[in-house]
Amino acid sequence: MSVPLEHDYIGFSPPPAEDTSMEKTGDIKPISALTMNMKATELRLGLPGSHSPQRDDNGSPELCIALPSSKSSVSRPKRGFSFAIHGGSGNWVFSSPDTNFSSPRNNPSAVANSESVQDGGLPNQSSPAAPEKKNGQAAGPASKAQVVGWPPIRSFRKNTMASHPSPKNSDVVEGGDHHPQSGGSASSSSSVCLYVKVSMDGAPYLRKVDLKTYGGYKDLSLALENMFSCFTIGQCGSHGVGVGDGVSESRLVDILHGSEYVLTYEDKDGDWMLVGDVPWKMFIDSCTRLRIMKSSDAIGLAPRAFEKVQKQ
Amino acid sequence: HLFIHSISIFQAVLIILHLSPFGSLLFSPFSSHLSSSSPIPHRERESFDSESLLSPFPQISSSGGISAMDRSPKRRSISPDDATRFPDEVLERVLALLDSPKDRSAVSLVCRDWYSAESWSRRHVFIGNCYSVSPEIVARRFPRIRSVTLKGKPRFSDFNLVPDNWGADVHSWLLVFASEYPFLEELRLKRMRVTDESLEFLALNFPNFRALSLLSCDGFSTGGLASVATHCKNLTELDIQENGIDDFGGEWLSCFPDNFNTLEVLNFSHLNTDVNPDVLERLVSRCRSLKVLKVNRSISLDCLQRLLVSAPQLTELGAGSFSQELTPRQHADLEHAFGLCKNLSVLTGLWEATAMNLSAVYPACSRLSFLNLSYTALQSQELASLLPHCPCLRRLWVLDSVGDKGLEAVGANCPSLEEIRVFPADPFDEDMINAVTESGIVAVSQGCPKLHYILYFCRQMTNAAVATVVRNCPDFTHFRLCIMNPGQPDHTTNQPMDEAFGSVVKTCKKLQRLSVSGLLTDLTFKYIGKYAKNMETLSVAFAGSSDLGMQYVMEGCSKLRKLEIRDCPFGNAALLSGLEKYESMRSLWMSACNVTMNGCRVLAREMPRLNVEVMKEEGSDDCKADKVYVYRTVAGPRRDAPPSVLTVSSL
Repeated sequence: MSVPLEHDYIGFSPPPAEDTSMEKTGDIKPISALTMNMKATELRLGLPGSHSPQRDDNGSPELCIALPSSKSSVSRPKRGFSFAIHGGSGNWVFSSPDTNFSSPRNNPSAVANSESVQDGGLPNQSSPAAPEKKNGQAAGPASKAQVVGWPPIRSFRKNTMASHPSPKNSDVVEGGDHHPQSGGSASSSSSVCLYVKVSMDGAPYLRKVDLKTYGGYKDLSLALENMFSCFTIGQCGSHGVGVGDGVSESRLVDILHGSEYVLTYEDKDGDWMLVGDVPWKMFIDSCTRLRIMKSSDAIGLAPRAFEKVQKQ
Repeated sequence: HLFIHSISIFQAVLIILHLSPFGSLLFSPFSSHLSSSSPIPHRERESFDSESLLSPFPQISSSGGISAMDRSPKRRSISPDDATRFPDEVLERVLALLDSPKDRSAVSLVCRDWYSAESWSRRHVFIGNCYSVSPEIVARRFPRIRSVTLKGKPRFSDFNLVPDNWGADVHSWLLVFASEYPFLEELRLKRMRVTDESLEFLALNFPNFRALSLLSCDGFSTGGLASVATHCKNLTELDIQENGIDDFGGEWLSCFPDNFNTLEVLNFSHLNTDVNPDVLERLVSRCRSLKVLKVNRSISLDCLQRLLVSAPQLTELGAGSFSQELTPRQHADLEHAFGLCKNLSVLTGLWEATAMNLSAVYPACSRLSFLNLSYTALQSQELASLLPHCPCLRRLWVLDSVGDKGLEAVGANCPSLEEIRVFPADPFDEDMINAVTESGIVAVSQGCPKLHYILYFCRQMTNAAVATVVRNCPDFTHFRLCIMNPGQPDHTTNQPMDEAFGSVVKTCKKLQRLSVSGLLTDLTFKYIGKYAKNMETLSVAFAGSSDLGMQYVMEGCSKLRKLEIRDCPFGNAALLSGLEKYESMRSLWMSACNVTMNGCRVLAREMPRLNVEVMKEEGSDDCKADKVYVYRTVAGPRRDAPPSVLTVSSL
C-alpha cells in the first residue's frame, strides 16, 4: 500500500508540543510516519476505506480534506492547500461515525474520518472520498456519517430512491431523515422499487437500476449496455458461450460488445453468481448487487450457480 | 417648523413627511442621511423588510420622484382648488393599477399625498422576514390589505440547522389580521410555524378567504386541512407542498362540501397517506375552474387517467406514482387522457416513473414549459427519448441519474431552456460518484444559450468548465453550484475553485444569486466583492481562508440583501466589517464560524436597529457564538424566542 500513501496525504505536522501550525503542502513525510500514532495536528488526505484516527482530546485543529476519486489512478499530484491550511482555525472534520455531526470546534473528540491511507487502496477502485465516507462500514447504512445539513437538500428529496432491494411491504426507514426510504410509504406493494447497484470493473462510477422496470434478462442487458457502453473495451463480433438452454431465459455471458465481460450478481447470501442461470423472478428476488466483471475473473462461478439452484 | 438651513430639497421633503400627521408612518428605513434636526423616535419609524417598500436613498433620487414634487421647500397647503393636484380618489385609482413592488415603493416616496394614496390602494404586502416588523405596524401602514405573503425562518432551517421551536409562528399575525383585515383573501407562508389551531382560526374568521399556500412550513396536521376544507366556502387555492406535516390520513379531502366547486389550485403532492380517489375524482369533476392539480403518490395511474379525462383544462399537473405496471390497454387509455390536455405547461410528480409509463405523457408535452423529473431516477436514455417531445421547454429539473449523457441530450433538444436544476439521486451514497460531472453542465450550456438559472449538484468540477459555461451563457441571474464534497478542489488541476467563481462574477453582470462550493480561498470573495455588483443573495459553505473573505463581500457587494454562511473561518472582524451594511440587508446567517459572543455584543451595541440573535448549542463553549442570525427590524427584539435563542444586547 505504499504507493497510494505517498500520493494521498498532505503530510503530518509535528507532535502537538512542538508546533501548532499546519504543515506545508506538498510536504510528504516518510511512510514510516504513518505507523506512528496519529498526532492531533496532522493533516491528512483521506481515501475511501481508510479508517479514522483517534484524536487527542486537546481538540487541536485538524484539516481533513477527502480526495475525490479520479478516473485515472496515475494522476495524483500533490495538492496545493497552503492557503486553506494556514488560514485561521478552520478545521472541518467532515465525518464521524455519529450521525449528528457538528463543527469540530464543538466536538473536539469527534473522530476524524478519511484519514489514514493504510487501506485506502487505489482511487478508482471504489468510492470517492466524499466526506461522508465512513469507516464503520460494518454498521450498515444507518451509521452513514454526514455533515448536518450538507449537502443542502430538502428532506423530502432524500426519500426519492431506495438504497437496496426491499421486501414487498416495505416501510423501511433507517436512521433519521437522512437515509432514503425505500419505495415510498404507500402501502401498495407495486410501487416498491428494487434498486440495485451496478458496478463495472474499470469504470469510474456505479449506477443504480431498478430491477422492477425490466421485463427480463434481455431488457436488463440492453439497459446495462446503454449505461456502460462507453467503458467497454474492444468489440468482438462473436456472441458468447452458449452453454445450452438450461434453466435460464438467456445467458448473459457476454452482453457487452463481445466476450470481454460477464454480468454477475451478488445474492442474499453474499455469493457472486452469473446472471442468467435462474428464472427472472427468482433472480430479482435474490439479487442485491450487480457487477460487470471481466470474464477472466468469472471463471468458476457457473458451477456454483447450478449447485445452488439444485439445492433449492 | 422646518429647518431649511443647507439641507437639500430632497431632505426637506422628507422632513415634511416626518412632521405631517402621517409622519409617524415614515417608510424610509435605516438611512442616516436624514438631517439630524428632525429626530424621529425609533419606534415610530415604521418600515418593513419588504422589497415592496424599501429603497435606499440613492435609488430614490434616480427614480425621478423629485421632479414630481413642488420644488419649493415650504409645505403645500391642501387646497381643493389647486388645479394641479388630483383628488385623492383619482390618485388612488391610478396607483391601484401599479403591481410591481418596486414601483409602489418608489411611488410612496414621492410626497405625502402619493404616500397616502399608495398605502390606501395597496392590496398585497410581502414581508420577507416576519420578525422585521410587527403585524400591528403593518396594519397601521396599509389599511386595506387583502393578500399577505410572509416568510419566517432562515433558509438554513430547510437543512435542519435551525432548532424546531425557533419561532415564526403565524398565529399572532392572524389575531391582528382578524381585526384589521377581516376581508383577507390570500395568505402565503414560507418557513413559518402553522398549527392546526391557526388553520382553524383562519378558516373561521375570514369569510372571504380564498387562497392558502404553505411552503416549507411545519406544525400542522391533516386535521388543520380538514378545518380549511370544511369552512372556507370560497376557497380557490389550497397549496400545501413540501411541508413538515403530521399526516393522519386523507379524510381531510372529504371535508369539502358536496356543493363546493370553486377550487382552482389544489396541491397536496407531498402528503404521504392515501386520499380517497373517488372523493378526489368527484371534487375535480365539479370544480370546472381547476387549473392546477398536483396529487400525491397514493394516486394510481388509473385514477390519474380518470382525473385527466374530467379535467383536460389543467395547465399544471403533478402526477402521482408513475411506477405501476400497466396493461397495453391501460397504457393507451392513459396516453389518450394525456392527449386531451392541450394546455399543460407544467408537469411534475411522476414518482419513480418507468420508461414505459413515461411514454404515455408524450402527447401532453408539446406546450410544456416546465418539466420536473426530480422524483424519478431516469437514466440518460429515457430522458433522451422524452425531451424531443418537449420543444418549448424552458425549465427542467432532473436527478443526476441521467448522467452526463442525459445532459448532453438536454443540450441537444432544448434550445429554449432557461433554467436547469440537477439534484443528486443519492446524496449520501459513497458509491454514486460522478453521476454528473463538469461535462454535463458544459453540454447544457453549449446547447442552451438562454440559460440563466442553474442549480447543479455534482461531485467534481473544474475551473475551466465553469468558465466555459458562463462564456456560453453570460446571462446568468442565478448560479448555484454545489460540489458535494466540501472543500474539494478542481479535480484536474488540484487548484482551488476560485477562478471558476471569478469567471462567473466577471462575466455574468446580471447575477442576482450565487451559491459557491468547493475549495475556495479569499480570492473568490475578492472577485465577488469586486464584480458581483447586482448580487443580492450569497450562500457560502466550507470556504474562505480568513476574515478578509467576508470583508471583501461586505465592502464590495452593494446590493447584497441575504448572506448565509456556514463552516467558514470568518470571525468577529469579518462580522463587524459589515456594520454599515446590515441595515440595508434582510438578514445575515453565520453558523460554525469563528464569531464570539463578544463580537455579537459589539454589533448589537453599534447597531441598535438590528436584532442579533445567537443560537447556542448543547455543551458548547460559552463565548462561542455557534449560530448567529442578524436582521434588521423595527419591531424590536423578539418576545417569543425559545430559551436556546438569545437576543444579544449591548450589555
